[in-house]
Amino acid sequence: MAEVTKLIHKYLRHDKKFPHVWCPGCGIGIMLGALIRAIDRVGHEKDEIVLVSGIGCSGRLPVYVDFNTLHTTHGRALTFATGVKLAKPSLKVIVIMGDGDAVAIGGNHFIHAARRNIDVTSIILNNSVYGMTGGQYSPTTPYGMRSSTTVYSNIEQAFKISELAVTAGAVFVGRGTVYHAKLLDSLIEKAILKEGFSVVEVIAHCHTQYGRQNRLGTAVEMMEWQRDHAVTVEKAAAMKPVELQDKIVIGILVDKELPVYQDEYEKIRERSKAAAGR
Amino acid sequence: MLLQGNEAVVEGALRAGCRFFAGYPITPATEISEILSVKLPQVDGTFIQMEDEIASLGAVIGASLAGVKSMTATSGPGFSLMQENPGFAIIAEVPCVIVDVMRGGPSTGLPTFPSQSDVMQARWGTHGDHPIIVLSASTVRECYDMTIKAFNFSEKFRTPVILLIDEVVAHMREKMVLSNEDEVEIFNRVKPTVPPEWYIPFEDTPSGIPAMANFGEGYRYHVTGLTHDIRGFPTSRPDEIGPFIARLHRKISQHFSEIQMAEFFQTEDADITIVAYGSVARSAKRAMIEAREKGLKVGLLRLMTIWPFMRSAVEKVLQVSKTLLVPEMNMGQISREVKRVNRGVAKVFTLNKVDGTIITPEEILNRITEVA
Repeated sequence: MAEVTKLIHKYLRHDKKFPHVWCPGCGIGIMLGALIRAIDRVGHEKDEIVLVSGIGCSGRLPVYVDFNTLHTTHGRALTFATGVKLAKPSLKVIVIMGDGDAVAIGGNHFIHAARRNIDVTSIILNNSVYGMTGGQYSPTTPYGMRSSTTVYSNIEQAFKISELAVTAGAVFVGRGTVYHAKLLDSLIEKAILKEGFSVVEVIAHCHTQYGRQNRLGTAVEMMEWQRDHAVTVEKAAAMKPVELQDKIVIGILVDKELPVYQDEYEKIRERSKAAAGR
Repeated sequence: MLLQGNEAVVEGALRAGCRFFAGYPITPATEISEILSVKLPQVDGTFIQMEDEIASLGAVIGASLAGVKSMTATSGPGFSLMQENPGFAIIAEVPCVIVDVMRGGPSTGLPTFPSQSDVMQARWGTHGDHPIIVLSASTVRECYDMTIKAFNFSEKFRTPVILLIDEVVAHMREKMVLSNEDEVEIFNRVKPTVPPEWYIPFEDTPSGIPAMANFGEGYRYHVTGLTHDIRGFPTSRPDEIGPFIARLHRKISQHFSEIQMAEFFQTEDADITIVAYGSVARSAKRAMIEAREKGLKVGLLRLMTIWPFMRSAVEKVLQVSKTLLVPEMNMGQISREVKRVNRGVAKVFTLNKVDGTIITPEEILNRITEVA
């Protein structure tokens, strides 16, 4: 049996009715593949994994895979994940969000989960648009672009999700694209292995909504755009800001050590018991 | 020991087995957070102060799914903010407890003054057609007992349970004796006994309550806020949607006799029955005694369960009393329910106070003499 077939049999739910909800050519499938390969390489048992998601196209991802899966309210995935992780630290908690989830409605939860260094891995599919509701602009829609709610052009500046995560204190931040599938595999693997709040931002295309409204072509053409505009972190370091304006910086943006919340809290438990015993 | 209502909530929660609390500071519920931040780590539990109330209830639901009894505590404004997540806990059938120490509203309102204005928010605050269990407390002792009841009901019926306390009861100090270990009945969620491949997480059972597997115990299943089939997968089939929503209601309605609690004081011969709850029920009891001394046959129906509304208790007093009086620290929230049950049988009078002060026995007594 081919390797991919083995993975499909092992990780996809047999009792879930396919086909999935995503459009043909969508990048979420590539992200899902990368996630499954990363989990398989790390070697976690399926029972140990809790896959949490928010709302939107990316929110539908957990239903197809055979883990403990939790599809929460819009933007709140990280809050549920915080509860799961702190209640049972032996579980490996991975959170899937879209750009709307992570930095619009859930922006507050995102920066605070990073600040606390909760031991969860966040994988954020950034396609610059609210796809499921019909292509409205999101906090990551670039200035000047069109969407269903910016038909005269977007006048807001876009959030840079990875840079935001770095500033908020995430201990591991990596950015990839669905074109650079192998890089994505390795970023997700490293993020899962990292103790503390890790983030992988996945730049993806939504040819159905964002692409159509901005005449960016087919899914393949949009992926070629990712290929042509990606520069590695190392290369970007030597480039001027003006040269980087329309580029996607891919690779590991930060990888550092900070005390992990659940370990710190264990110390609080010991301190509280000592105080009670006095 | 001498305890405050909020302190009694903490003692009750710990006794019930609560080991996870997530909350956001808000007057007049903050003491619950403060004390649990000290006590939970001592018993290997977890306290976390989240960034807002939505996050708090999200974390509580997550912790409960991982198998730990969990709660949050807040007041009206925070309760408003968190309203999307009680709906999630209802549809995904996740046990959890929400304590709402009511203060005057709307909006920021009266942070340090008593009120009973969240009765309808507790019933209908989250969107969609849903059942809900809401309990109340009149005394410090009852804060303890009702917190335990709230956990027991949430675990048994797999649903969020809301405990409404008014600021007076939360901040009042009273003597109370804590139960011995064996006196308190504690209910823990029923777990599946079948092998994982046979487990149907949202199965329709005679009780309406499916067994609940915790995350990480070998039963991998899907939890979603979308309307789902018995396996937990999103569905858009009318023949699956209808029975699912019906079961959510049935699992509460067919256990009314267990959930609905009330006390009857001298209602057997009462011409006038006062229907009250929370701190107002204490004033009502005093007023009832004084009215009896004046020769007026007055009784008291004290509601301990607010929702599902105890229609049977009101119907019982309607067999005797031709006049009902519903005093409340709001513009008339429970009185509407009483009128709905009454359907013109008796005269229903209200006594509403929304000026930030409590309803006194004298005020109730005066109203009794007016309507007698």
